Amino acid sequence: MRRGLEPIVQFAAPALLVVAVGIGSTFVSSSSEIYFLNALVSVAMVVAIYVFIGNSGVISFGQMSFVAVGAFAAGILTIPLESKRGVLPELFPLLRDHTIGNVASLLLGAAAGGIFAFIVGLPLMRLSGLAAGIATFAVLEVTHNILREWTRIGPGATTLSLVPETTDAVQATVGVLVVLAAAFAYQRSRLGRRLRASREDPAAARGVGVNVHRERLWAFTVSGALAGFAGGLLVHLLGSITTEQVYLELTFLTLAMLVVGGLTSLWGAVVGALAVSALDSFLIEAEQGVHVGVSLDLPEGTRMIILGAIMALVLIVKPSGLTGGREFRLVR
Amino acid sequence: MILGALDAQTVADAVGLGAVYALMAVGIGLVFGVLRLVNFAYGQLVMAGAYTLAFTAHWRVAWSILACFVVVVVLSLAMDRVVFRPLRGSSPAVMLVATFAIAFMLQAVALLVDIRDNTIGEIATSIAPLNQPTTVGGVDVRKITIVAVLVTVVALGLLALLLLRTTIGLHMRAAATDFQTARLLGVRANRVIGFAVLLSGLLAAIVSVMLTVQFPFVAPDFALRDTIVVLVGVVVGGIDRLWTATLGGFAIGFATGVINGALPTDQTVFLPSAVFALVILVLLLRPAGLFAWGRGPVERV
Repeated sequence: MRRGLEPIVQFAAPALLVVAVGIGSTFVSSSSEIYFLNALVSVAMVVAIYVFIGNSGVISFGQMSFVAVGAFAAGILTIPLESKRGVLPELFPLLRDHTIGNVASLLLGAAAGGIFAFIVGLPLMRLSGLAAGIATFAVLEVTHNILREWTRIGPGATTLSLVPETTDAVQATVGVLVVLAAAFAYQRSRLGRRLRASREDPAAARGVGVNVHRERLWAFTVSGALAGFAGGLLVHLLGSITTEQVYLELTFLTLAMLVVGGLTSLWGAVVGALAVSALDSFLIEAEQGVHVGVSLDLPEGTRMIILGAIMALVLIVKPSGLTGGREFRLVR
Repeated sequence: MILGALDAQTVADAVGLGAVYALMAVGIGLVFGVLRLVNFAYGQLVMAGAYTLAFTAHWRVAWSILACFVVVVVLSLAMDRVVFRPLRGSSPAVMLVATFAIAFMLQAVALLVDIRDNTIGEIATSIAPLNQPTTVGGVDVRKITIVAVLVTVVALGLLALLLLRTTIGLHMRAAATDFQTARLLGVRANRVIGFAVLLSGLLAAIVSVMLTVQFPFVAPDFALRDTIVVLVGVVVGGIDRLWTATLGGFAIGFATGVINGALPTDQTVFLPSAVFALVILVLLLRPAGLFAWGRGPVERV
């Protein structure tokens, strides 16, 4: 294939897949629509996580903190003023007395996630390997703890509700496309390539003048901003959210999606997110009893067993994921 | 203020918790030594043992504990055979994520088994009497605390003898230092790894007995929180060496016990933040571990 066409195809394939899911959501019943939109928001979160883990090769369990920060920032600032004073009286006046529009709240989520990631990453990006894994996990714990207990900045341990449900098919699709475009632009930019070089061989990369710390910090910040944006989409999809929803289980689920699809490519992140979402939606339905040829009624908990088993299986049989960690190509 | 509320009883409880966490740390550290794998699913071994104790609560106590040991060790060996062996040589991240998957899977299995009677959680009553207090030198100490400390000391002593005085122990230490070279010199990989997994399973069984005595209410997330705390302690202590890892486990258990005992509940809401912020600080200053002095080059950029 001609080289000039390759990047176009690499971006077009995941983008078309996302658009297809977005269009698909308008053809199904409203009870199934939520699964499609959920899948799209999952794509946004997984791509955000991929921007850091995939490009840097450093494991992070902390990206969900930025989703959480984005979600709560966007959620709190879009609750209608007349009800906010009643349900969240303890908020700081700045948060309590202002309400912003929907798109502005998504951008605010992105900004909050990005700034938080930059501050956290500044010291943390010096770590590698296991220390990085545990330190980022510690970030998740701290974020969760503060969001859960500090009622001046959020709902604390109660549910944040009354958030306008504005993430429809159009918003979800466009939002995910924005995330995809940002991730793709980053990984093909000079910054992204330097970081990917350090992933393949840190010593060699440093040898040719790559400042690994700075490059990782860039990726962490971009990833944090995209995660915050995805959090905004999430909260506007659900309409209500608790701190537990953006904590361990979602961290596990999104990491599973990324690993199943393939850690090192954008295509892998999208395919993994959509494949696991599809399976997950099916299993949720099956736990409630579904009819596919034969009547299927799985007991509660089967969903996690099957997801865990499939994830372990993919790791064992194909450690590089469904896509082999490669971008999409027309000819092999 | 903290010191004021710090009485001998709190310290005794903290030592007991530290002892249990130290055993978990050894169990995690042993497997890490030979496999370079951080076993996030270690807590689910403990959980399986706790469920065994709960379901066999009407048996004689000795049989119940024996059943717990059998279940945990078999599960541990099965985990190694089915998951760890095919993943040998993968990157640490892939292996960690795989044990993540196993952990969530086992938790779901436990939920499935547990929920048959329509309630979540089972109560293990048979060994609970060990939780009663007894008086030692004017201080009320729960019997289990004494048992936990004794068992930990004995178990660690036996383990030290095994590692330092036997051939298989020598093989394990060799494998932990440099697996490839050890194999070239005739150390059998499967035997050493199998043995490490067996030992770590035994330790998990001991831990599940001692945790179940203290917390007889067994739910699918039993020991999950403890595992996370111990993992953090192990990495903070220094996972590369068994002794630093153990020390890290003990330290974090002791610290948790002291702080929880000394501070009233309304002052501990932000405690996790403080603890984990401290963890981040330690990792930044000493990425190889708090107790790992002068060890080889550490990857830091």
